[in-house]
Amino acid sequence: MSTPVLSVRDLTIEFDTADGVVHAVDGVTFDLFPEQTLGIVGESGSGKTVTALSILGLIPQPPGRIVSGAVLYSGLDLLRLGQAELRRVRGKDLAMVFQDPLTCMNPVLTVGCQIAEALKAHDPALGRATARARVAELLELVGVPHPQARAGQYPHQLSGGMRQRAMIAMAVANQPRVLILDEPTTALDVTVQAQVIDALRTAQRETGAATILITHDLGLIAELADRVAVMYGGRVVEAGDVFQVFSDPRHPYTVGLMSSLPRLDVDVERLSPIDGQPPSLIDLPPGCAFHPRCRLSAGRAQCRQAIPMLLQAAPGQFSACHFHAEVSSLRVAIEAEIGLTGTR
Amino acid sequence: MLTLVGRRLLSSILVLLLATGVIFFGVTSIGDPLATLRQRPGVSQQTIDSIVARKHLDEPGPIQYGYWLRDVVTDGFGTTLLSDQPIWPELRRALWFTLQLVLTAEVIALVVGVGLGALSAKRQYSALDYSTAAVGFLGYSVPIFWFALVLQVIFTNLFRATGVRIFYTAGLSSPEAGTGLAFLVDRAQHLALPVIALAYVHVALYSRYMRASMLEVAAADYVRTARAKGLRESQITRKHEVRTALIPVVTLAALHVGAVFSGAIVTETVFSIPGMGSFFIESLQQRDTYQIMAFLVMSALFIIGGNLMADIAYGYLDPRIRQPPTTQGVGGRPPTTQGVGGRPPTSRG
Amino acid sequence: MAEAIELYREGLRFRARSQWELAWRRFVRHKPAMFSLVLLLMICGAALFAPHIAPYGLNEQDLARGSQAPTLRGLHLFGTDRLGRDYLSRVLYGTRTTVWVALVVALLSTAIGTTLGAVAGYYRGWIDSLLMRLVDFVLCLPFLAVLLIAAAFLGRGSPFRVAVILALLLWTTIARIVRGQYLSLREQEFVEAARAAGASDARIMFRHMLPNSLGPIIVNATLTVALAILLEATLSFLGFGIQPPTPALGKLIDDGKGAMLTQWWLVVMPGVVIVVICLCVNFIGDGLRDALDPRQARR
Repeated sequence: MSTPVLSVRDLTIEFDTADGVVHAVDGVTFDLFPEQTLGIVGESGSGKTVTALSILGLIPQPPGRIVSGAVLYSGLDLLRLGQAELRRVRGKDLAMVFQDPLTCMNPVLTVGCQIAEALKAHDPALGRATARARVAELLELVGVPHPQARAGQYPHQLSGGMRQRAMIAMAVANQPRVLILDEPTTALDVTVQAQVIDALRTAQRETGAATILITHDLGLIAELADRVAVMYGGRVVEAGDVFQVFSDPRHPYTVGLMSSLPRLDVDVERLSPIDGQPPSLIDLPPGCAFHPRCRLSAGRAQCRQAIPMLLQAAPGQFSACHFHAEVSSLRVAIEAEIGLTGTR
Repeated sequence: MLTLVGRRLLSSILVLLLATGVIFFGVTSIGDPLATLRQRPGVSQQTIDSIVARKHLDEPGPIQYGYWLRDVVTDGFGTTLLSDQPIWPELRRALWFTLQLVLTAEVIALVVGVGLGALSAKRQYSALDYSTAAVGFLGYSVPIFWFALVLQVIFTNLFRATGVRIFYTAGLSSPEAGTGLAFLVDRAQHLALPVIALAYVHVALYSRYMRASMLEVAAADYVRTARAKGLRESQITRKHEVRTALIPVVTLAALHVGAVFSGAIVTETVFSIPGMGSFFIESLQQRDTYQIMAFLVMSALFIIGGNLMADIAYGYLDPRIRQPPTTQGVGGRPPTTQGVGGRPPTSRG
Repeated sequence: MAEAIELYREGLRFRARSQWELAWRRFVRHKPAMFSLVLLLMICGAALFAPHIAPYGLNEQDLARGSQAPTLRGLHLFGTDRLGRDYLSRVLYGTRTTVWVALVVALLSTAIGTTLGAVAGYYRGWIDSLLMRLVDFVLCLPFLAVLLIAAAFLGRGSPFRVAVILALLLWTTIARIVRGQYLSLREQEFVEAARAAGASDARIMFRHMLPNSLGPIIVNATLTVALAILLEATLSFLGFGIQPPTPALGKLIDDGKGAMLTQWWLVVMPGVVIVVICLCVNFIGDGLRDALDPRQARR
């Protein structure tokens, strides 16, 4: 086991709003290893985007507040860095691709100009001709046809897929060691997603970057991630190898996720959605955040009173459930309910 | 881009033409020149008859309009109704003075307003922000003519008390102003107070708009992207925030030409500046409809021109208007140049 | 069944009431707006009851006390003019005219603007184009100039005529806003539902859509008041607005400007009143905007 390139330790972030204090992220811990892709999965409001933004120090404080925790990179705690040092790291060692490429690019500047900006931010002496050549190189890398022409165009003139690929080009411009992707395909048509995924793979290969992939799309995780962390209510509830977690989940929420989604690789007679609504982050239930909706819990006192810790449930697999040993039987029972047949 | 300009230019000319119609029929029906003439004491029947003949006041409306329009275009707005003086020489002189006042005021208002607005947005809830907001509210609450009078009182009494003349409170130039630099300084001293009176309302307006625009832009996703790239805050402010936030404010300024001319009417009256405003008031006092119409046509020209400038500027500054989004066909179809839904919306209306 | 309908209607009304209650509560939290409201009510009250409150008559002369600076002696808080007339009283009467004119203008222009804007936004098509062309034409001439021309030839110094002229030019902003509101509202489902239930166009426009647009309308009406006050003052200052003997703040300033270098109160006092009233109105408008559309809260 090599040393992680990025470590998030016990990260807790709160937001002060007019309606109360939002506990967006609560004690999140995970490691990112070199050249690996870690997927972070969860519904909207599970805290995954806030976690990602906090790594690069992009959480506005106020109204946000980093209550505790550390983000360790290369011996530094990114949360404690001053503005000048943070700037040096952003876009160079760690880079981020955001969700909606149309709003994430300045509409009045050309695409090429904005990619060049990323280059010049960390190499002020870069000449214009060199920058232009490099920009074309990057666009070609991510699979944008006619890169020179496209570089001179404005974001609204590119299709959604091309825009996102340009964003990826912008992110990998300075060969980052860590790449963070926040819902990179959510805003795109399904047919276009494949192109972007290809671009992502190429970018990862070329830069050798460790990647954090945030999404609610389990299929994307299965395609790209080596390891996965499942988040719910601002906490990590399960983590481990992707195939292990997907085939043999050890947390009732993960089981619920898997059986509530339509899939192509297995046949089911019907879907089994999770009852109830995601919790309010202002008013989290006491104890385990998932217990009001949990079939396994059945109202047991421990679930209602104690927040479960993330503990090893199987070799290389961690679960934050008091009764993680019972999860396998739950999964089997649900699969029988929904009439799961066919290959896996 | 050129076709955009061409189209707008054409429609502007059309609007101007229609405006002349509105002006003519509006003014002559409200202030019937014939009735005005007859009401004037001490005007002989002979004089009236000659004026009627000269201005074709006995012909039907549209014919009168035709003669007047011809005069406007070919004969420099023709002559005044009552005294048969050519309008254009005086109008041109007045226009020159007013332009000095108005352009200086607008430029200062834009620079100060935009600066204050941007700073207020960057330092929300600071002392600067609140005081700029206070200036803003005052700008909407203080009548220009009163502010002008107050300025006059202050600076005249300052002069009387100290003997030092900082700014002049009336007129455009001193009799012995000289030439070259001395003349310019003298002119500046005369224009200072009128410019201040005229500009501060717009400073209030532009600073509020710029602040709102900046706040909206600062919350935009692309600013966050810029920060994630590792750009310095000053770079982000300059290149992304201010530049984008400036667009609606600049076009607003171009659309405000009418308001500036209105303000000039009052300011020139108070400060005794022989500009278009004074020209207009004088023609109104004499009920000289042809002079009034000349003023209106001139103003309409500037206002419509300002609207045209605003459209062009907006098209130039926002590439989304200039170049509608291209769509990529699936499987190698050539890209089309029309975005979904035709022309993207403009900021007005 | 009838009981169920009653309960249902009760439910709807209750929800509507609490919407306004929420807005009122938000308004009350806006301190400058509340303060301004109180101050404005006091000023308007004083103005409307001028004949009873004013310490002296409008034209009561006392040459012995002429041209005095503001003083507590004799309660000449605003001083006196050349003819010894108490300035506070004159300003009070002038304020009365101003307030009256402003209210008439706000009501009229709102009525006109709302109707025209609603019709344009609801029916769209050629009515809308026509209205927008009309608005464009009104706006392509300098505002004050048109106002002055109308006032000079048609106004003849009567406050009511001046108010009507002002209203006929100030409806455009409200019309634009209402039009925009109706354009978006007409796509909403409750309009379809009402039409399916057989409601007439007029009923839909005024019974269903209007309550939903009241927010921006009210805010704009408030701001129109401030604008009307400033414009009326400018008109009377230039001599084309309200003529004597009806008192007007702008005219007072005009009369006083000849002597303003030494008798500053003749010009300053009426102006201060105008400024205070407009400030109050603007703060109230700001508070209303925050209260009625919290999504747009700018602070």
